[in-house]
Parts: sequence; structure tokens; C-alpha cells
Amino acid sequence: MNVNDFEYIAQLLYQRSGLVITQEKAYLLESRLNPVARKWDLDSVDALIGVLRTKKDEQLTVDVTEAMTTNESFFFRDSRPFDQFKDIVLPHLLEARAARKQIRIWSAACSSGQEPYTLAMILKEEAARLAGWRIEIVATDLSKEILDKAKQGLYSQFEVQRGLPITLLMKYFSQEGEKWRVSEEIRQMVSYKPFNLLTSPAALGHFDVVFCRNVLIYFDQATKGQVLARIAQIMPADGFLYLGGAETVLGVSDSFEVVPGQRGVYRLTGDGAAMNRKAG
Amino acid sequence: MKSCLIVDDSKVVRMVARKILEGLSFDIDEAEDGQKAIEACQRHMPDAVLLDWNMPVMNGLQFLQELRAMQDVHQPIVVFCTTENDMDHIKRAMEAGANEYIMKPFDSDIIESKFVQVGLI
Repeated sequence: MNVNDFEYIAQLLYQRSGLVITQEKAYLLESRLNPVARKWDLDSVDALIGVLRTKKDEQLTVDVTEAMTTNESFFFRDSRPFDQFKDIVLPHLLEARAARKQIRIWSAACSSGQEPYTLAMILKEEAARLAGWRIEIVATDLSKEILDKAKQGLYSQFEVQRGLPITLLMKYFSQEGEKWRVSEEIRQMVSYKPFNLLTSPAALGHFDVVFCRNVLIYFDQATKGQVLARIAQIMPADGFLYLGGAETVLGVSDSFEVVPGQRGVYRLTGDGAAMNRKAG
Repeated sequence: MKSCLIVDDSKVVRMVARKILEGLSFDIDEAEDGQKAIEACQRHMPDAVLLDWNMPVMNGLQFLQELRAMQDVHQPIVVFCTTENDMDHIKRAMEAGANEYIMKPFDSDIIESKFVQVGLI
């Protein structure tokens, strides 16, 4: 791939998804765009970029963006965030929302569904404490293709073994040939919607808990700040935000601060909450 | 250092599993069938057992039943690791007292995440 082609596609990806791709990751373009080239009956990634530049086909552009922004995930990824959810976030909300008995959770870059299904399984396990509560899990991703996979809830043997305890596999999955499908009761707890983090999430409503893990790392500083500012606006003053292990709000956003002693979990600062009230 | 007994009739599987678990700082012992594994446990009870199902002489499930019937010993954590990948086998293993279950083929990520889940790491 020549430098011009790389620059062109890097620019396109930035505009469409906020993804920042640098020259040393150029190999990712080759490996991920090869299947797209085949799908479009093109000989090579170079040919694909040629068509992209001359025809500006919208569907091809969407396919390219989706191929580059789809990331692998697994159940109970990093495990600690989910322990924190069960031990700190959930008890707080059960007390604070006792009158309304309603909690809304957003999985903001849900990929193939492991994160929202993990949350759904945790909530199902806590069903006794949640009787009479209305809990919504909204899961979004930029890629419609990956959302289709998420909705199906069908995973390979490898996927169901990384992070998922066998007891939960027995309880909430059934076997279909070589694959494993998430049970209907878990699938119906999650509603999937396509959503681009570069746009306003206002239409999705307000969320008590937002999981936005391992996606900011692909954005530049300015974009990270904008995404966090928009998330701050759809959270109540006592809401919780989750970021990935390699992500931070430091130097990016004044709206959030880490919950003391809980790495990876953030809450609105006084400033963030005040901005929120003004906006709300 | 925690100890793990690897029970598998395949020398290759034992070697791969040994390499992964030594990388996770386990002290390794090996057995090639359930009977030899029982003898190994009588000599020295490990903290963990990584257990194949189909083996000559005594299979993994029989080994597990005998192990769990042993009195006055410190019971190890048992993680099945087998090509048997249907719900029926998984249920039988768990009912017999297994703590976790790995379906082959496995890799170091799977072994590590399962060992973390059962508190060995």
C-alpha cells in the first residue's frame, strides 16, 4: 500500500468513526480489508482503495469502516469491572433508586455482545434482589454486521471458554453443533441499536451506568474529550462510567473522576454534574 | 509455589499443559491415567489437578469419584480438560465434583482464565 492510499483511508476512517490509525498499524488495514475486497470481487486491498477513491460508494465505505472498527471481546473481560459492578455499583443503585425501581445500563461499544450478555447474566444471578425492578440494558456498536452477530448470541467453543465460568455456560447457554447459543431469557434482556460514538447519544435516553471500555484508545485526545462530554450529559449525578484498563480521563475530561479505590470506574465531578444540570 | 498434577494419556498434551502451567508458576507432576493419578495423589496431594476424561486403565471421571471419596485429605481443585464437549459430559463432571471444565482444544489464555476463576491464580 502506498503512502497516498494509506493517508486517504486513514482520513476516511477518522471522519467516519474517529478511529486514529498510524503507519505502524498499516498491516491491520491489509488483514482486515482483504475479506472486504473479496466480498466486493476485487483482487486486492489496493484495488479496493482505488474503487473507494474513484466511486465513493457509500456501502463500500460502510463495509470498510466496519471491518476496521470491529474488535474481539470476551465474556467477563478483565473480570474485575464486573465484580465492581456487583459489589459497588449495583448496591448503590438498589438503594438510590429504591423509589423508582428502575436502572438503565448502556454498553456503548458492545462488539459481538459479550459485555451486555455478561451484565445480563450477572443481573439474572442477582434476580432475588431485583424482583420488581425494571432493568434495561441497551447495547450499541458502530457496526451493523457485528450487532447482527451479537443479537444471534452464537459463539464458538473458544469464545465461551475465555472468561466464562462453566456453571454459567451450563445455566445460560445451549449447544448447537459446534457452537453455543445464549439462552432466550438472557438475549431478551438486551436491546441492540446501531450507534456512532461521534454523534449525540441523547436519543438513547439517560443511563445510570455506562460501559465504554476499550474504545477510547482508538480516538485522538480531542475526540476522547468530546465523547466523554456527551456521555456526561446523559448520566445522573450519581451515575457510573466504566473505561477500559488502558484508558483514563486524566488530561481528557474534567467531567469525570475515578471512584476512590475503584480503578476503571468513574463518577461525575462537581463540574460535570453541574454542566449536566444546565444541559438537562 | 502451588502444585498441579496433569493427568492425560497423551504425552504431547501433558508437555503443552506443563509448559503453560510452569509459565504460571506451578510445580508440575504428571500421570498418564487415572490409576497412576490416584497413586500420585496418595504420595503427594497437589493443589490442583488438570484432568483428561478418556484414558486407559481408569478414566478421568472414575479418578475424580475416587479422589472425592478420599477421607481426611486436603481436596484439590479439579479442572477437567477433555475433547468431550457436550452438555451431558459437562454436567456429569460437575456433579462428580469438578470445579471447572475446559473443552479441548485449549490455549494458554483458556487455562489461565479458568485457573483464575477457581482461585488458583
